[in-house]
Amino acid sequence: MSKGIEPEEKAQIKNTVKTNNTRVIKKLVLTVFAMFGFGFALVPLYDVFCDITGLNGKTSNVAASYTEDGIDTSRIVIVQFITRTAKGIPWKFEPMINEVTVHPGEVKFVNFYAKNKSNRDIVGQAVPSVSPGLAANYFQKIECFCFTQQPLKAQEEVEMGLQFYVDIDLPKDITTLTLSYTLYDISEKVAS
Amino acid sequence: MMTTDTLNNTNDHDEHHDEHQMTGIKRWLYTTNHKDIGTLYLWFSFIMFLTGGAMAMVIRAELFQPGLQIVEPDFFNQLTTVHGLIMVFGAIMPAFTGFANWMLPMMIGAPDMALPRMNNWSFWILPFAFAILLGSFFMESGAPNFGWTFYAPLSTTYSNGSTAFFVFAVHIMGISSIMGAINIVVTIMNLRAPGMTYMKMPLFVWTFFITAYLLIAVMPVLAGVVTMLLTDTYFGTSFFDAAGGGDPVMFQHIFWFFGHPEVYIMILPAFGIVSTTIPAFSRKKLFGYSSMVYATSSIALLSFIVWAHHMFTTGMPLFGELFFMYCTMLIAVPTGVKVFNWVATMWRGSLTFETPMLFSIAFVILFTIGGFSGLMLALTPVDFQYHDTYFVVAHFHYVLVTGSLFSIFAGAYYWLPKWTGHMYNDALSKWHFWCSLISVNLLFFPMHFLGLAGMPRRIPDYALQFADFNKWVSIGGFAFGLSQLIFLAVVIKCIKGGDKAPAKPWDGAEGLEWTVASPAPYHTFSTPPKID
Repeated sequence: MSKGIEPEEKAQIKNTVKTNNTRVIKKLVLTVFAMFGFGFALVPLYDVFCDITGLNGKTSNVAASYTEDGIDTSRIVIVQFITRTAKGIPWKFEPMINEVTVHPGEVKFVNFYAKNKSNRDIVGQAVPSVSPGLAANYFQKIECFCFTQQPLKAQEEVEMGLQFYVDIDLPKDITTLTLSYTLYDISEKVAS
Repeated sequence: MMTTDTLNNTNDHDEHHDEHQMTGIKRWLYTTNHKDIGTLYLWFSFIMFLTGGAMAMVIRAELFQPGLQIVEPDFFNQLTTVHGLIMVFGAIMPAFTGFANWMLPMMIGAPDMALPRMNNWSFWILPFAFAILLGSFFMESGAPNFGWTFYAPLSTTYSNGSTAFFVFAVHIMGISSIMGAINIVVTIMNLRAPGMTYMKMPLFVWTFFITAYLLIAVMPVLAGVVTMLLTDTYFGTSFFDAAGGGDPVMFQHIFWFFGHPEVYIMILPAFGIVSTTIPAFSRKKLFGYSSMVYATSSIALLSFIVWAHHMFTTGMPLFGELFFMYCTMLIAVPTGVKVFNWVATMWRGSLTFETPMLFSIAFVILFTIGGFSGLMLALTPVDFQYHDTYFVVAHFHYVLVTGSLFSIFAGAYYWLPKWTGHMYNDALSKWHFWCSLISVNLLFFPMHFLGLAGMPRRIPDYALQFADFNKWVSIGGFAFGLSQLIFLAVVIKCIKGGDKAPAKPWDGAEGLEWTVASPAPYHTFSTPPKID
């Protein structure tokens, strides 16, 4: 490249620059791969972060065991239920009661109704989400149909139960919880 | 800040080496010369700018009046998506890389970029990336239609089938940017002329140095997120699919972790350019050089902890909203330092208003307007109103068009004499400036009001009450688009001829690039200059 200087001088400059370059390039390429990995590491990190903070309204997908911590009768919390079916699942899916009022610590049982309106067997999966997101960690499901898959034969209908309580440590400013279920068709995923 | 002894420069014994140059297409295909590659980048970005601009004109034609006139809604979505992708990855970023290639070695007294062969690669894979992206228009699926932010599940479950092409195009663009960035960092670290310490580098060099680090940090994250998108769409993974345990909101977190530093990747080099031109035409040293360096660095660092301000309406807890709101507003401090320094540089300077200076002053004023609307958007409660409206469109076009693009024009006019050896046609360039300035404000300013009144983004139709403003916006759009043809004319005329440019056409200009002849010889600084 560098024309017009003495050959020895040229070689000397070239060598020092070359070693320096290699060192910097190695570090930078390493950073590139590290950041590529970091992108993927964000996936589990996000889950952990959300678990701790209840950021995204995801509730726990393991059953909670009820502990007799007493019922806080001084507070009333409204729990609303909404349902939604994802694109492409021909089910009727709705709560049998739209809202209940509970005291924190009190166990409640509600039912959801689902019917496969199509003429084929479909496996459904309900994914819960709580709003406001911060309340997700205080919404404890003792038993929930969302813990398992729901295989429904053509035209089959079913009542599915949810047993839950609201933790007595629920922050004072939260007076209404909305539990939303989205139902997905996972037949293909189950088959494969 | 720096004095150079011009060592009866390298130029004289350089010129007779030029017979080794290849000719015709091979010169450009095989070139490892930083000036050739810079030229390629600049022309490529200009072609992409006109391509993306043509799409914007169709968009504005459709929005000229309410109802659907010219394009189908799906094609409209494809246009808005590809317009955004092309302007970000095809126009603004390669233009800055072009500036870096042309100017960095000359500014630091290096003979070339540190890795010239990689440099050739990083340019020549770019046209393929955009061929893939633009080629998807002619396929059955159509081009990507999910917005340049490609939110899942729009780009996964609801994709029109263009996701794979989109992902591969982005991968190639990313590889190109990363190679370019590595080259910039290595060049600046190792090839500075003896005596040029970091704090003696021109601010232009500093901003590209910091930008290159940002690119190295976040482009791999972009590559990661589009890879997840690809496997979600075609290989049955569930990163962003709630049915499989994933979370679509996580897409937005990862995307904006890339996306926010990306917006600074597109503006920091602009800061570098106007920090070069304003002192030159104010005939004063840049006010607060070191505070500029620290401000640029702190903007870069802060850019990593503000990403969720793009997502206030996704339902974050209050502390999250407050954290991202305050961090975002904190960025106004170093940015304010910069604007203050530019104004202070002009204060009591002996100003002249050559075209690069006009674009630079317009940059300072209009970029600040874009910054103010950014502050408004940073406020969580009001963002709920502004989110996804034309207010956002107005904001980012003020910072990207009257910000980044105007700085690119300023830089292009400033260095055109150095690149071509000719002065540009002054009258024509003034026409370009004034036409652009008036039309760009007609184009983007009313969008603020449309947004505040509730007109949503990315929709081909709108309610009747927005009709008058949209008509004016569209007229501004056509005028701005056509004004850019004046720029093309200026550049072509300047390459073909014009007054002979002296080595240093601007009497207030500083820097090593002005110590070599105009046009800059094919090889410069084969012997490094000495900096005191």
